Amino acid sequence: MRIALFITCFNDTLYPDTGRAVLSVLERLGHTVEFPQEQTCCGQMHFNTGYRPEAMPMVRRFAETFAHYDAVVTPSASCAGMVREGHPVLAEQYGSEQLRREVAELVPRVHEFTEFLTDVLKVEDVGAHFPHKVAYHPTCHSLRGLRLGDRPYRLLRAVDGIELVDLPGCESCCGFGGTFAVKNADTSAAMLADKMSAVHACGAEVLCAADNSCLMHIGGGLSRQRSGVRTMHLAEILAATEGVQR
Amino acid sequence: MNGTGDGLVWLDTPAFPKAARTALADPQLRGNLRRATGTIRDKRLAVTGELGDWEQLREAGEALKRRTLRHLDRYLEELERSVTAAGGTVHWAADAEEANRIVTALVQATGEREVVKVKSMATQEIGLNEALALEGITAYETDLAELIVQLGEDRPSHILVPAIHRNRAEIREIFLNRMVPAPDPDLTDEPRALAEAARLHLRERFLRAKVAVSGANFGVAETGTVAVVESEGNGRMCLTLPQTLITVMGIEKVVPTFADLEVFLQLLPRSSTGERMNPYTSMWTGTTPGDGPQDFHLVLLDNGRTATLADTVGRQALACIRCSACLNVCPVYERTGGHAYGSVYPGPIGAVLTPQLAGVQHAASLPFASTLCGACYDACPVKINIPEVLVHLRAEVVDAQRRSRHLPTAEALAMKAAAAVLATPGRLAAAQKAAALGGRVLSRDGRIGRLPGPLHGWSDARDSPAPPAESFRSWWRKNREQS
Repeated sequence: MRIALFITCFNDTLYPDTGRAVLSVLERLGHTVEFPQEQTCCGQMHFNTGYRPEAMPMVRRFAETFAHYDAVVTPSASCAGMVREGHPVLAEQYGSEQLRREVAELVPRVHEFTEFLTDVLKVEDVGAHFPHKVAYHPTCHSLRGLRLGDRPYRLLRAVDGIELVDLPGCESCCGFGGTFAVKNADTSAAMLADKMSAVHACGAEVLCAADNSCLMHIGGGLSRQRSGVRTMHLAEILAATEGVQR
Repeated sequence: MNGTGDGLVWLDTPAFPKAARTALADPQLRGNLRRATGTIRDKRLAVTGELGDWEQLREAGEALKRRTLRHLDRYLEELERSVTAAGGTVHWAADAEEANRIVTALVQATGEREVVKVKSMATQEIGLNEALALEGITAYETDLAELIVQLGEDRPSHILVPAIHRNRAEIREIFLNRMVPAPDPDLTDEPRALAEAARLHLRERFLRAKVAVSGANFGVAETGTVAVVESEGNGRMCLTLPQTLITVMGIEKVVPTFADLEVFLQLLPRSSTGERMNPYTSMWTGTTPGDGPQDFHLVLLDNGRTATLADTVGRQALACIRCSACLNVCPVYERTGGHAYGSVYPGPIGAVLTPQLAGVQHAASLPFASTLCGACYDACPVKINIPEVLVHLRAEVVDAQRRSRHLPTAEALAMKAAAAVLATPGRLAAAQKAAALGGRVLSRDGRIGRLPGPLHGWSDARDSPAPPAESFRSWWRKNREQS
């Protein structure tokens, strides 16, 4: 199986550790992962903000770059959702017949990281050790977009040494919403405040999720409060082998 | 501003981000909203969760609405024939102005100067109370929450519970100060006492009313039956006591057959009030000699609906049965309340309905008033994919701006620049190097604090991560490429 990592432009630029964590988990499980360097971005920001024609070069590039892989794995639920739902819409509206066909063929092979582990590789225990108190925040795109369900929990429960705590009201949106956080900054901050109260209430040391974008927003608020709670992408917890003797 | 709502788009309300600040800065209001939406949300979850076939019911509701909208012209003509055959009169109104003109003339023909009203979104959408007032006709709202809004010279902030932004103490104040005749000055804010005061106030109006105005939840093409679904019994009074009944119904409210009501009368109460069965469901078919209103008029209202129907993605908003489940689950609505949407239709459904009915240029901030979290789509009893329509309308807003402006907006320039950077890996890599440099200048301890310019809204409440010295692609090239 030829596996490609779609790092996403956001993780590529701001969270390279998440990309290394995905590599480390998949390699530990015995797979070879390629990083096609022609990749850039899925076009989500442009699509969701109303700039559809601007997103088209990204849709074309994505289809071209990943056409020959058996699986495309991405550590972002929202970018996976964009490819799955947004690319067919854009290809239909602005693309050629060929692009529509390429997108339709590629979409089923694009997997969010936890989906890839549980559904394609059929693993739950990835050999991680992470002796910390962790809360998982199901981001909207994980929960209602991709319907990841209990997949992230199954992976986290199998981590050695972890103490998983429930995040109260976890299904409520954190208020990020991409450009929403800039356009409607006050409303976004009000939602963030409630999410941070929930994080504090559950006593977690680490808050994890399948999307670094939401974590940047929540983590940015926690950092401003000097709260001491860390945010980490789920993949980084699954990659951790802290203190394990090998 | 008077009455209970003055039209589809409130011209004095600023764009959503600014309008939202009023509610965000009001802890009393936010508390009222959090408690109220939380209570309805839990009730809805309980009564939808107990049905084994809830998902199939939703699918049936969606399918019925889609089919009806596809053949809307046919069903409307059938409805007209059925209502006429049953002794009613059907009027067609292309827009708010025409609908108001028709209703005003019908009231004037009776010689009456006042009407009682059943809670109705359609009449608020057209600003009927205000139009009647201009002709010296007084409209009395009889729904408890509408009465609170009307007495308070306020505006509705919720589709089902228009006074949701008010708590008991505030309602008591409004009753004491605005009711004529004034209620007992010892009125408490106990729900029972407030309801009793409203009952005394309304009873007199019901008994003297000769004309009633209602909306409609459903109009059955097959039989000409019109249905109003309400909880208090005030609607039943309005629909049965007066001599003349005038119903204003949006054209999308037609259902093909009487049997179709079976689906909607299960979906609606469970989704809206969290009740298994609706308390007062009134249905009437034309007129019946010696029983109820002897003169029945049905005004079929377009007001932007046909234009909405022409949009293959946006038209699903016309399937809405006005249950307001999407408002109650919306994290944005919960913080901002309904007034921030500047329309009689607030919340997620308002954000997709108002711009379509009024034209996107008149409600351009609404499609952006959402995080696209998807809670509304999951809650909708007829499966309107609200996030899909929001994103679709955002593109329409941007396209309309591109057409109407000589110079692009700052946002459009930024988006164009970002698209150029993201178009090739080389440009992205160069931008990443620049960002890492810039980040080093701005950051302290790996964090970037407050930023100037358009990003200040973001950075007022959050730190940003400093871009790492090395992007993933740069790391890969150095560490993995050679191997």
